[in-house]
Amino acid sequence: MAMRPNENFLISKLDWLASIVRANSLWPMPFATACCGIELMATASSRYDLARFGAEVMRFSPRQCDLMIVAGRVVMKMVPVLQRIWLQMPEPKWCISMGACASSGGVFDAYATVQGIDRFIPVDAYVPGCPPRPEQLIQSIIDLQDRIKKTGTLMAKEFEQRTEPDRPKTIALQMAPTERVVAPGDFQTSTRAWEEKKT
Amino acid sequence: MSHESTLTKLRERFGTDGFQTSEFRDNFRVIVKVEKVFETLKFLKESCGFNMLAELTAADYLYYPNARDRYGVIYGLTNTVTGERLFVKTFVNDPDPVLPSCFPIWKAADWLEREVFDMYGIVFEGHPDLRRILLPEEFTSFPLRKDYPLRGLGERHNFPAIPRAES
Repeated sequence: MAMRPNENFLISKLDWLASIVRANSLWPMPFATACCGIELMATASSRYDLARFGAEVMRFSPRQCDLMIVAGRVVMKMVPVLQRIWLQMPEPKWCISMGACASSGGVFDAYATVQGIDRFIPVDAYVPGCPPRPEQLIQSIIDLQDRIKKTGTLMAKEFEQRTEPDRPKTIALQMAPTERVVAPGDFQTSTRAWEEKKT
Repeated sequence: MSHESTLTKLRERFGTDGFQTSEFRDNFRVIVKVEKVFETLKFLKESCGFNMLAELTAADYLYYPNARDRYGVIYGLTNTVTGERLFVKTFVNDPDPVLPSCFPIWKAADWLEREVFDMYGIVFEGHPDLRRILLPEEFTSFPLRKDYPLRGLGERHNFPAIPRAES
């Protein structure tokens, strides 16, 4: 007679279990510096209801959070603060770059504005838009949850491979020969431009 | 609003060639030389009742058509009793743009002069604490000068990046 296991237990991997728990209980840290922050507030409000996806517990202390949402433009004077807040968050942690300004500097291509926070801190998801609609932010959180469920490990080993900064490779390497770099600055500090195609 | 009584007092004190005037819509300016600016401001406060320094700003006239001087410093004064508004304008030039601080006249000049120094590098002599107010302390340029490139000199990139494995 074969032994029948009790119905009240199941066998799984600890990685899977930890990831599914973490993914469904994200605690966002709102780093809201501009109008994207208003959209972020709307996302947490009753109309869009981020609580449906288990990420509604916004805390204003980085030590209680595991998801940083950078919403809005970041100036270079703010970068040390941003990095410090990121380092204060306990592992495992993720970062969403919300909106055009946080992701690329947006329209603010001026001396004081950081051209994308991924130049200085790691970013897991980018949300396009100026500002993005709450649905877009919710979709990015769903995508992030999906990613955590698929790749998450109990001891957060998946982050160890990311030894390089998440910023784009140098612009010159990505550029096709028809594009040129606009002065001032070298290929790292300048912005690319497209020459009109001659037919 | 008529500025006649103020102008009469100014003419009595400094003479008709002690200052120039110009006007654009409701914006009335008194243009003085930089040596006389402190004296003029002090007289305007003490004898003409301009008891409020509403604004203090500057302009860079590099590449400006027909401009003879590099920087203009503009004081916006208000008489809070009569509501009269007057702009005092003076010019400084490049090797060392220096003019006397008007902090002894209006305490409001403290942060306004620091802002002008921060953005244009114009030094206000006699200011009690002339250091940067908006930009970081380690910033070395003056970004509102017209010869400063729009995208900066690389200041916005001079931070170490934190890779994910190290945070």
